[in-house]
Amino acid sequence: MANAATTMSVNAAVTLPKRPNPILTFIRQQPMGAVSFVVIFIMMFAGLFPQLVAPYDPLGIDFAQILAAPSWDHLFGTDAYGRDILSRIIYGSRTALVIGFSSSLLGSSIGAVLGIASAYFGGRVDNWIQRFVDILLAFPIIVLALVVVAAIRKTVIYGVDVNLIIAIAIPIIPRVARVVRAAALSVSVMPYIDAARAAGYSDSRIIFRHMAPNVVAPFLIMFTAFIAQAILLEASLSFLGLGVTEPTAAWGLMLSGNAADFYREAPWMVIFPGVAISLAVFAFNLFGDSLRDYLDPRFKT
Amino acid sequence: MKRLLLGLLGVAAFLLAAGPKAEAQTPKRGGNLNFAISAETPHYDCHASDTYATLHFSSPFYSTLLRYNLSKFPDVEGDLAKSWTVSPDKLTYTFTLHDGVKFHDGTPFTSADIKATYDRLRNPPKGVVSTRKATFADIDSIETPNPTTVIFKLKAVNSSMLDHFASPWNCVYSAKDLAADPTSPRTKINGTGPFVFVEHVKGSHVAGKRNENYFKKGLPYLDSYRGIFTLQAAAMLNALQGGQVLAEFRGVSPAERDRMIAAMGKNLRVEESSWTLNLLVLFNTEKPPFNDVRVRRALLMAIDRWGGSVGLSKISTLRAVGGVVRPGSPLATPEAELVKLPGFSKDIKAARAEARRLLKEAGQEHLKFTLWNRNLAMPYTPAGVFLVDQWRQIGVEVEHKQSDTAPYIAAMQSGNYEVAIDFSNLFNDDPTLSLTKFLSAKNNPLNLARYNDEEIDKYYELQLRESDIAKRKQYIQALEKRLFEQGYQQPLFWWHRIVLTNKKVMGWKMSPSHNLGQDLAEVWLNE
Repeated sequence: MANAATTMSVNAAVTLPKRPNPILTFIRQQPMGAVSFVVIFIMMFAGLFPQLVAPYDPLGIDFAQILAAPSWDHLFGTDAYGRDILSRIIYGSRTALVIGFSSSLLGSSIGAVLGIASAYFGGRVDNWIQRFVDILLAFPIIVLALVVVAAIRKTVIYGVDVNLIIAIAIPIIPRVARVVRAAALSVSVMPYIDAARAAGYSDSRIIFRHMAPNVVAPFLIMFTAFIAQAILLEASLSFLGLGVTEPTAAWGLMLSGNAADFYREAPWMVIFPGVAISLAVFAFNLFGDSLRDYLDPRFKT
Repeated sequence: MKRLLLGLLGVAAFLLAAGPKAEAQTPKRGGNLNFAISAETPHYDCHASDTYATLHFSSPFYSTLLRYNLSKFPDVEGDLAKSWTVSPDKLTYTFTLHDGVKFHDGTPFTSADIKATYDRLRNPPKGVVSTRKATFADIDSIETPNPTTVIFKLKAVNSSMLDHFASPWNCVYSAKDLAADPTSPRTKINGTGPFVFVEHVKGSHVAGKRNENYFKKGLPYLDSYRGIFTLQAAAMLNALQGGQVLAEFRGVSPAERDRMIAAMGKNLRVEESSWTLNLLVLFNTEKPPFNDVRVRRALLMAIDRWGGSVGLSKISTLRAVGGVVRPGSPLATPEAELVKLPGFSKDIKAARAEARRLLKEAGQEHLKFTLWNRNLAMPYTPAGVFLVDQWRQIGVEVEHKQSDTAPYIAAMQSGNYEVAIDFSNLFNDDPTLSLTKFLSAKNNPLNLARYNDEEIDKYYELQLRESDIAKRKQYIQALEKRLFEQGYQQPLFWWHRIVLTNKKVMGWKMSPSHNLGQDLAEVWLNE
């Protein structure tokens, strides 16, 4: 009897299809997404452990090296204070990632909750939320961020300007809310939601435990896509003098200030930070697109 | 014959060279001047201000009693005063005023307006700030025997008095306006200047039009002007290059000058001068740990001024290393003496070792603080970046916080800061003027470090009353030594002024101070 059971389980193991490794599947199906992930990983490593990677102190002034061209000593050259540009780009990735991740997470999360609530409650609540979303969507993303950052004062906690994160997160909210609402509308008419209502579960429990997990795919896609937007927005605000301040290493800031005075004599002052911003935005956008394609069930049929 | 021919050729050459120039110098009436102002004034009151942003905004609307003759700087000439006399004992100054002058609202100008203005300057009523109150402390009484005569009687001889009367900050206000509301100049403009106020659009511009009743006949030449607030240097330079603005009268950096010369060529006029302006490191002596002299001295000693000036002069308007009097001027401390004072040593390694020792002794080895700074790119940002770097080298962590002019000044005046980059905005080399900032805070709103020091007050008084130059210099150096040893505040660098104007702009005169010559009365456009 025992032998028969063993034989059956062996047969079953042989006949069941092997579950594919999701990472390998992602790499096979989305090679560009995999490449972009490598770029993001390198950025994250540089941002988390800049002291291991950067050859110089990013804030260290060296007047003997003012506007030095790229060389073996300074691979990306130096700026008007003689600071090493490569080191400032490496440390700048920390600023970009902290602000990019935090603002995108904050904006996407609030947007997702608003979108699900809008779809779940429907009626007047849906109407009010959507009109509010319409108003926010009427402003271009940079204009809305500019207004918010100008209206609220700086609050720096552990070297991070919290209000800058809020300013960047606010324009993200309506965009995520609109997309998540569309996904949540189809979930809200599912029988298990009716069952949950019939069981007397609270609205918050239904929203957070039954609906939210089912709109994770669009949420993740929006979240990654908006990291790129947030990085670009942080760079734009810093360039306009409304983001982080000197001498903090930040990519947008590296393009403004002295760079505007010296970019003719020392084009490396703007080329390398510009490339860093482009590469980061490109990588996050590409990764977001690949994730969308990978998670979209229509591409699996 | 040969001589005659050479002579004739010489005369012809002279006429050819001088002829068109003389024609070009004949002022033309009319036109609108757009110029850039790289900061926006927090209010309109010249008496309460210490930033050029107020003067570049308000000067065209106001007159002063005397003013500097910029063609013969630092000579003084009359503005509202037609003439003046000083009594042999130097205690009585009698001014005869121009007749028929009117304020922009039509009120006739009289000696009562001068009295009301100077009473407000020397003894401001409650709610009014007079930044240079201390410079008028020697005025005992002001008499107005008739509408065109005003007599100032002094308590003691003051060798700087004429310079104080020529200060561009002493805008003359209407006695009628001040009687109705002494604070009104903060928000309302009514002067006797060459231009009448048209509008102030916050964040955008200030506009003025010609005062048809201006008391200097034939002036101003311009129909109108517009001062456009361009806080970003790059935007200002682009506007100058594109012709949207024709001038920026404060000053630009060497790199900005070079860029504009390359871009505008012969259409650009470049004028340079040393500058009666410096940046200072300022400690709030009421806030721990900056109430400890060891901490203040340590932070000042960590700054490599001599090395910094070499680098910063290439990328900013900061240039000369000096004490409390402009380096190179007759009463300045020579370099050989300066290097003996804390913060000016050329042996920076030894100075930083001593700085670390002082911080350790004060229990502040891991000091962290916020450096409060103005968000003007030039030269405040380079100064901030430089200081952060210098202090990091003795293990001090600094957060650099930059803000608009109004909150920046408000924070310093209210004592809501730890360490700041301040500025000493002078209009001449008279030491009394530059030293006023260092007098005890109890009677001096200019003292933003908020200390009281009787020794400093004593040396100030001694130099003020001393007519012997050598002795006066000794007192100034004694004051400087005390100030730097206590480390309350200390000049960081003195500036170098470079002004760019489009060659269409004529009649504007360059000087070592960006506070002077901004009434635009004699400016005209060669179009």
